[in-house]
Amino acid sequence: MTRMNMIQAINSAMEVMMARDPAVVVLGEDVGYFGGVFRATAGLQKKFGKTRVFDTPITECGIIGVAIGMGAYGLRPVPEIQFADYIYPALDQLASEAARLRYRSAGEFTAPITIRSPFGGGIFGGQTHSQSPEGIFTHVSGIKTVIPSNPYDAKGLLIAAIEDNDPTLFFEPKRIYNGPFDGHYDHPVQPWAKHDGSEVPEEYYRIPLGTAKVVRAGEAVTILAYGTMIHVVSGVVAASGVDAEIIDLRTLIPLDIDTITASVEKTGRCMIVHEATRTSGFGAELAAQVQERCFHSLEAPIERVTGYDTPYPHSLEWAYFPGPVRIGEALKKILKD
Amino acid sequence: MPVDRPNANLRPLSLHVPEPKFRPGDTVDFSDLAVPPAGAAPRPASDAAPDSFRDLAYGLVRVLGEDNRAVGAWDPKLSPDRLRAMLRAMALTRAFDERMYRAQRQGKTSFYMKSTGEEAVAVAAAFALLPDDMCFPSYRQQGLLIARDWSLVDMMNQIYSNRADRLHGKQLPIMYSVREKSFFSISGNLATQYPQAVGWAMASAARGDTRIAATWCGEGSTAEGDFHSACTFASVYRAPVILNVVNNQWAISSFSGFAGAEATTFAARAVGYGIAGLRIDGNDALAVYAATEWAAERARTNQGPTLIEHFTYRAEGHSTSDDPSQYRSAHEAAEWPLGDPIKRLKDHLIALGEWDEERQAAMDLELAETVKAAAREAEKNGVLGHGLHQPLETMFEEVFEDMPWHLAEQRQEMLDEAKAAGLEIGR
Repeated sequence: MTRMNMIQAINSAMEVMMARDPAVVVLGEDVGYFGGVFRATAGLQKKFGKTRVFDTPITECGIIGVAIGMGAYGLRPVPEIQFADYIYPALDQLASEAARLRYRSAGEFTAPITIRSPFGGGIFGGQTHSQSPEGIFTHVSGIKTVIPSNPYDAKGLLIAAIEDNDPTLFFEPKRIYNGPFDGHYDHPVQPWAKHDGSEVPEEYYRIPLGTAKVVRAGEAVTILAYGTMIHVVSGVVAASGVDAEIIDLRTLIPLDIDTITASVEKTGRCMIVHEATRTSGFGAELAAQVQERCFHSLEAPIERVTGYDTPYPHSLEWAYFPGPVRIGEALKKILKD
Repeated sequence: MPVDRPNANLRPLSLHVPEPKFRPGDTVDFSDLAVPPAGAAPRPASDAAPDSFRDLAYGLVRVLGEDNRAVGAWDPKLSPDRLRAMLRAMALTRAFDERMYRAQRQGKTSFYMKSTGEEAVAVAAAFALLPDDMCFPSYRQQGLLIARDWSLVDMMNQIYSNRADRLHGKQLPIMYSVREKSFFSISGNLATQYPQAVGWAMASAARGDTRIAATWCGEGSTAEGDFHSACTFASVYRAPVILNVVNNQWAISSFSGFAGAEATTFAARAVGYGIAGLRIDGNDALAVYAATEWAAERARTNQGPTLIEHFTYRAEGHSTSDDPSQYRSAHEAAEWPLGDPIKRLKDHLIALGEWDEERQAAMDLELAETVKAAAREAEKNGVLGHGLHQPLETMFEEVFEDMPWHLAEQRQEMLDEAKAAGLEIGR
């Protein structure tokens, strides 16, 4: 065991997988010699060579298209899209090609690729470096979506994603790359070293996709969240003294529905927190699932705290971000009756 | 405050919207189309630098002349047996298209796309490539599978989405997938296969393999971003890939001008990317063969990609859902100055004294019978009709390697509803 931040854990996952499986290749803008704008691929090219870790032209469509072709050849590509905000030029290659290749060829060809991409806001990235587009991809059949919230999970989930034979989007909450941000933007951020989740084995291990984790057990309300929001929610819950059960979904598709329903049936209340825009966001699907399965257990309307349906603003970032104040108010509301 | 414009006397701006030369009812005259004589184009050494033969991207490589003789440096000098085999594969492709087009009109399937007039583009390329070179086709290269001796019955099963369809009725007719013949699953979305082919070729090179990739798209789809992403990647990594642009003049109802043909050639796209570019007579099977062979040699010797524009003509509608008489002159196909690829190869063999009209007629009859027999065989497994040839629950299979709970749940919901309604469930 050693202490790692998110970046180091993600880097370690790729290093472990590249050493285990010669088919694993890493490609993307600035990922080679430089090691990535967030340093996630640092050292990999030096260790594994330029034909396994290489920089690409600035064309996300090309990066994913090429990765699909490499996958068809028999490689196991791990392309990086530098910011999730840049993923849209690759949407057709992801939604129409990678996601449907197995289906349309009845399994003759598959796309065993893992697309890593930093996502989410809280870094004053404005509208082009802050988005959370996971809901666009959970709406597409044939693609998995994974979002870790701490270094230990990041490594174990990324290894599982790379080993998975289906295309998997691995969104990395960049606000917590260096520390578990609790939403108090005016406080200094704790480093990962002080958080349990930073104890990371240096060797291979995997966390199966599709398993959520109860990060805090409680009786009063179930809070469903993922990524950065786990830490914001945890901070609010700790400060409020509410006996909330916090579930880190970790994988949106496939979703760990059993952990969710067991919790809501116990608490009778369900709050959903995500940074992405609200309308048709993944919270809408969660609310529908909980309503369909736990209707008779519910004692209050399901509450959603999300980003607003506006572009991600720059100066008003902390008004847009579902921070401690908004989450705290929603918690009071759902516990009122 | 008014802006002081130095050229205030200029006429207002005007927008140029391209218009094809001929519309329905028009007399067709292609005399202004530059068709250089066969044999005129030089053939660079296969290791020549792309910028040393840029002219080839603006010319037209032709081997078969008006006298039906093969001439010039690009003559691939194929044996009569090889020429006859190529002719046969092209004729079989046409016979297959005829039969399947009729099958669609008879209501046996939902959709079909013919390659009439473009048979040489796929068939001659398949002859010039090695059998395990990986093909990433668009939807009009059925000639690749036929030239690689793939089962007609298997193709028809797919077209009918019937019980024997290896793709389990999941994909639109003619979007084949034949891994065994190094033939990638056809998408239907345009030019998406281009970067995929480049990626496959890059993987082959990275692994020190000897196989190369080839891909095809129409001239209309060169406007897609995927095309340009692919050219950039192919150029940057010198990928062992052949990028074929089938310029058949029409993208459904949009003539090639809407993809930029008024301004330059499609082969000229290669010049901007610094890759080898050839513009060839796509109705000349020998030119297609020679260009592919040359490009394959470049790819195999790490000289990188080649972009080949096959100048041809889509003699029929885009698909069975299209009626070209609504937007183009019906006389175009007959007046096409580069003729018909099958007739030209046949006439060449006759000129060589290696073939005659009687044998051609006999072969056409035999191939029609072959296709008919294959269709009868395939139809034993069912035709599309109202579909539903596969057990209902198979709809949920192969979305993922392992079925997640939400798909299993939806499958059960569907089966329960079907059962409650008294429907035949299948499996």
